[in-house]
Amino acid sequence: MSDIGDIAAGRLDAAQLAANFADAHPPLSAAQAVVEANRCYFCYDAPCVEACPTGIDIPSFIRKIATGNLRGSAQTILEANILGGSCARVCPTEVLCERACVHTAQERKPIQIGALQRHATDWLMERGIAPFRRAEPTGRRIAVVGAGPAGLACAHGLARHGHEVTIFEARPKPGGLNEYGIAAYKFADDYAQREIGFILSIGGIRIEYGKALGLDVTLDALRRDYDAVFLGLGQAGVKALGLAGEAMAGVRDAIDFIAELRQAPKDRVAVGRRVVVIGGGNTAIDAATQARLLGAEDVTIVYRRGPEQMTATGEEQAWAQTNNVRIRRWAAPTRLIGGTREGTQDPAVTGVEFARTKLDAAGRLTLTGEIFVLAADMVLKAIGQSLVSDPVEDAPALCDGRIVVDADRRTSLPDVYAGGDCVPGADLTVVAVQDGKLAAAAIHRQLGC
Amino acid sequence: MADLRSNFCGIASPNPFWLASAPPTDKAYNVARAFKAGWGGVVWKTLGEDPPIVNVSSRYGGISYNGVRIAGFSNIELITDRPLQVNLDEIKQIKRDWPDRAVVVSLMVPCTEDSWKSILARVADTGCDGVELNFGCPHGMSERNMGSAVGQVPEYVEMVTRWCKQHTRMPVIVKLTPNVTDILAPAAAAQRGGADGVSLVNTLQSITGVDLDLMAPEPVVDGLGTHGGYCGPAIKPIALRMVADIARAIPGLPVSGIGGISVWRDAAEFIALGAGNVQVCTAVMHHGFKIVEDMIDGLANWMDGKGYATVAAVQGRAVRNYVHWNDLNLNYKIVAKIDQSLCIKCGLCHIGCEDTSHQAIAALRVNGERRYEVIDAECVGCNLCYLACPVDGCITMERQETTGGVVTWEQHPNNPLRKESAA
Repeated sequence: MSDIGDIAAGRLDAAQLAANFADAHPPLSAAQAVVEANRCYFCYDAPCVEACPTGIDIPSFIRKIATGNLRGSAQTILEANILGGSCARVCPTEVLCERACVHTAQERKPIQIGALQRHATDWLMERGIAPFRRAEPTGRRIAVVGAGPAGLACAHGLARHGHEVTIFEARPKPGGLNEYGIAAYKFADDYAQREIGFILSIGGIRIEYGKALGLDVTLDALRRDYDAVFLGLGQAGVKALGLAGEAMAGVRDAIDFIAELRQAPKDRVAVGRRVVVIGGGNTAIDAATQARLLGAEDVTIVYRRGPEQMTATGEEQAWAQTNNVRIRRWAAPTRLIGGTREGTQDPAVTGVEFARTKLDAAGRLTLTGEIFVLAADMVLKAIGQSLVSDPVEDAPALCDGRIVVDADRRTSLPDVYAGGDCVPGADLTVVAVQDGKLAAAAIHRQLGC
Repeated sequence: MADLRSNFCGIASPNPFWLASAPPTDKAYNVARAFKAGWGGVVWKTLGEDPPIVNVSSRYGGISYNGVRIAGFSNIELITDRPLQVNLDEIKQIKRDWPDRAVVVSLMVPCTEDSWKSILARVADTGCDGVELNFGCPHGMSERNMGSAVGQVPEYVEMVTRWCKQHTRMPVIVKLTPNVTDILAPAAAAQRGGADGVSLVNTLQSITGVDLDLMAPEPVVDGLGTHGGYCGPAIKPIALRMVADIARAIPGLPVSGIGGISVWRDAAEFIALGAGNVQVCTAVMHHGFKIVEDMIDGLANWMDGKGYATVAAVQGRAVRNYVHWNDLNLNYKIVAKIDQSLCIKCGLCHIGCEDTSHQAIAALRVNGERRYEVIDAECVGCNLCYLACPVDGCITMERQETTGGVVTWEQHPNNPLRKESAA
């Protein structure tokens, strides 16, 4: 079986790869932005604001675009959401602000809030304008674990108040999922790092790389050495399918594939000729779409339930389909099929057996017994991540694998706060930013300075 | 199909849509294109004495509002800058080529009888249908004691009109300036001088904006600006009022309506308030001559729907309902009603009323959903919410039952000078 394990890099030439991984949604021109901004009604008690997890004053920032006050517009956005630039790129606006837009009710054509937000924040960042000043140093020190959106938002909020922040980051670069977990075409031109440079320019924030909680630093030590601790750990664990053969060549975690795509030159990233992605979230969409864009011939996402249950929005699903990814729903993997390449001993995946699923009378997902097999050189697992919990004593309380927090994002430990994907709630960048923002405000209050 | 043929001061045209005296009517080339597009008539751009005036570069200013271009428009252009004979020759040729269209010639010469007498004779030779005396231009020419400098002095209006009527058999239309406190004074003066009709409004004195880098009024001419003449959609309400005032006070005087007319509905409104025909400029400068197609069939279709057979049947129909404030019924009561099924929850009805008016629209949450409700007892029926609501038909103003019939201020108990009722 010579076609077993057909996984290769460089399936497409450099020009094609560059085109495929360019900005998925190019920015609005200045003219487009003004036309779009003028459509906004400047609603009172605007539903879009309520739908934004960070509560950005959307009508105000849009009005400022319409009047040519772009600096004021960006400031309004960043005041509520310091990662407003990346949220403009990755927020599922179709289920947040834009779904709430009154134009959606009126004529099903919401204001392009995300695109306008990008227009204003890009304008500010391109000019190197620093919209915030750091307060006089307070001498208080806070440890932030994880340089993802939650940790960065928290660190920025604390730094603005004059506190000194040290971020402990396990990876060699900051950004968390913005740097390692989101499709390259959403953050073209190294946007994640440019934005982080902008955030850190406020001063008072130091990042120590290669420092993982529980391995290189302990919570006990951080609590001892700092006035407060914020945990923005994310979900570093990856869920397994629980099937035999997951260690076979060609079976891979989708999140690792996405990370490699962000870190390595695209022509060095290997992809199968036939790829099966298992899962129904944005990780599945990003992995599958990028597999196609790398040159995979045949990419199928398989999800065990229907389109409404997928955590990827309808727009995300449509995006994948536009890129010739096939989505098959109501099927669950039951067996990984392997083979051995000529001249080798190690088995490689050759396909996945799925059982069709349905809901039984009680609404539970059940297997119908009907089986089909999809041939695959590469299987990408995207069925969710989990918290790698801190093995030390005195860890904050967990519930359903997440750190329990109150409205201020304070954990069961009085000086420890947490936010982002490691706490309950939607796993969205914008939600993580809000967690970090609220925690920073609460820590500042708690420090009483 | 409605008959749109028009006869204004004895000047016939296939429809009531004329182009006003302005850049679009400066040359035979433009006028021929306009007639080809379907315009019923033109008033040729104002002729003056030789040597021709000189125009500046940078002539127009515009108002953009919420992305809408040329909501208002201004110019500092003067009258024609071409030699008189060139214009006269072209007018003669155009009238010969388009005999069914109205060709009226606008004139502006110094305030001496000889000047008017001499130009009238030369203009009559073109075979044109009439003249329009430009007593309206409020910039540049007025500094030379012409244009609105004449129009602002009723005695001059009457005097020059009389000269013209004495020295020509052509119909004489007097174009009025709106830059006066009482439009009836120059209108009545024109009538006393024998004018066959008046046309209004000419442009309003204006500064459209300031270039905040150059710190100069727009349009900027080499770092400086001067006031211009304002026109376009923004001035329609001002023009409508002046036309209606004349129609109400001087019923027999033909009026050619001008001022921000862009679509057939604008024209219908001017005609309803007494205009015999209408003149258009800014709308064609923005969109070209083709817009007349919609003006013609839009007006005809509306007239068909209403059963008006001729323009005359529409003319002045709203004048009888244009009254003084004191004649309004103080016992008339309307309140806003919100159709909740159409409401998109923008909250504009609430915030306008709450911040600036009568606190008559409550902002509620019902099971977490926004709901805006009119508080009937507080609503004075001002129309603000109805005007602000972006959804057609969502807010309507509903008449409330009242007792006591019509009560005007003249009869109202709060009026110390009230007239006791006859009973």
